[in-house]
Amino acid sequence: MSRAARAVVLHAVLAAGAALTLLPLLWMVAASFMPTGEASAVPPRLVPSAATLEHYRALFARLHLTRSLLNSAGLATAVTLVSLLFNSMAGYGFAKFRFAGRDRLFRLLLGALVIPAQVAMLPLFLLLRALGVINTYWGVVIPGLASVFGIFLVRQYALAIPDSVLDAARVDGAGEFRIYRSLVLFLCAPVLVTLAVFTFMGTWNDFMWPLIVLADDRLYTLPVALANLAGEHVQDTELMMAGAVLTVLPVVVLFVFLQRYYVAGIMSGGVKE
Amino acid sequence: MRSGHVNAGWWFVGPALAAIGAFFFVPVAASLLLSFTDFDVYAVARPDRLRFVGFGNYAHLLREPRFWTALGNTAYFVFVGGPLSVAVSLGAALLLEAKLVRWRGFFRTVFFLPVVTTLVAVAVVWRYLYHPRHGLLNLLLGVAGIHPIDWLGDPRWAMPAIILLAVWKNFGFNMVIFIAGLQSIPERLYEAAQLDGASAWQQFRRVTLPMLAPTFVFVAVITMIGYFQLFAEPYVMTQGGPANRTLSVVLLMYEEGFRWWNMGYGAAVAFVLFAVILALTLAQMGLRRLQPGTEPVR
Repeated sequence: MSRAARAVVLHAVLAAGAALTLLPLLWMVAASFMPTGEASAVPPRLVPSAATLEHYRALFARLHLTRSLLNSAGLATAVTLVSLLFNSMAGYGFAKFRFAGRDRLFRLLLGALVIPAQVAMLPLFLLLRALGVINTYWGVVIPGLASVFGIFLVRQYALAIPDSVLDAARVDGAGEFRIYRSLVLFLCAPVLVTLAVFTFMGTWNDFMWPLIVLADDRLYTLPVALANLAGEHVQDTELMMAGAVLTVLPVVVLFVFLQRYYVAGIMSGGVKE
Repeated sequence: MRSGHVNAGWWFVGPALAAIGAFFFVPVAASLLLSFTDFDVYAVARPDRLRFVGFGNYAHLLREPRFWTALGNTAYFVFVGGPLSVAVSLGAALLLEAKLVRWRGFFRTVFFLPVVTTLVAVAVVWRYLYHPRHGLLNLLLGVAGIHPIDWLGDPRWAMPAIILLAVWKNFGFNMVIFIAGLQSIPERLYEAAQLDGASAWQQFRRVTLPMLAPTFVFVAVITMIGYFQLFAEPYVMTQGGPANRTLSVVLLMYEEGFRWWNMGYGAAVAFVLFAVILALTLAQMGLRRLQPGTEPVR
């Protein structure tokens, strides 16, 4: 095959793959604007006959999804900010300080990555119940305070900070916390953006734990509210698609703008080991 | 370093360690203890009624057909869905890294997009795509002359349907890891192979695959660990049905522990899952060490 023919075949395969990948998402968006009943037409339609916003209005006015949207946004932001603080401090600590048992402790943390989160869930529920935070926002925030992955990510990055820079600041009389706050955070900014994007998306998309810990529907995050609606409104295809768009759109937009950082995070987790 | 830094290190790692210790390690250890008790809905109200039952929960679940069904379904998902998803990821990475490709960034973004979407939301979407009469998938298959399939209603097709969704949702993640692995293979190896007259297939077999071996192990391990935790797809799409054919181990744990409050039994289910994951992870890493000549060039 000639070079030109190979290029055509290659791009045809890629374009077909891209179309198949996008199809479910495009249909989701299209169906969310269809008049009631049109998404179940036979044969299926790909484009609305007349676009309508009625389903989005119903979500906000009748089904109180505004509340879930705010819950999701607030919880994802809170977990991101708090865990960024905890993980950046610990990552820097593991990278740049010597203390007894440091390496063994770090290996223990990495080993914990093979333990599925579900193993901890039953006692965690009882523990948080004893603390009185079941069915509150705290029940979602507390297990997300720090993460092994986050500590690992920051540590790998902070290892590259030259000791001479830190020592120079110490000679100038800066305290350890001051060095962390004004120097280390600044030098680690790229990896902190990566971690922030990861944490925000992870918390936004999380389903099982919020499902367990939040019983009151006023506290539901979007995925929990959506799964709940999906049980009650099976027949309302267009309404469910509007709910799905509302849930997916914020993270997709965030990803499209910050994908450079997101992909960098996966690579540093995967390749450098 | 001055001695003052010794203590400062603990100040920095302390808060995160305390949080992870209290809200992960302690619960994991407590989970093991819990699995040796008959903690149930009565004990939630009256902890003093708790009794130690030794390996009773484990003996019980090994006799329970529902547990074996869940383990079998989960194994199906892991060992069919996992390799399929890794194969699609590798295929996509190889296509994207071909020298002739233009708009590489665009295609990569599109292939990666499903990874960042919310699982619950896309599971809801796919539930409608799988509709036997007006679903888009049967329409596409109809064009190819295939008769409509009741994807989520037919016990034979429900798990394949969940696998298809999972592959679509996840392949972009491993694709990015494979791309990084491919980019780290030195160009001179291909040049040397070409000088020796190696065909494209031989280059793939003799250079690409061996050089990707460490990436493969990493991808295989994280995919396996992730796929064993199957939960949201059956929860949203099938509730474990039809005929328990999509009941997963984590869904079983959730139902036993959080719906019926059989927490001792649920903890035993969780620990069996952990034991299986740990054994298979160690096996995969051990297998890799046994293979000669696949050590990465560092």
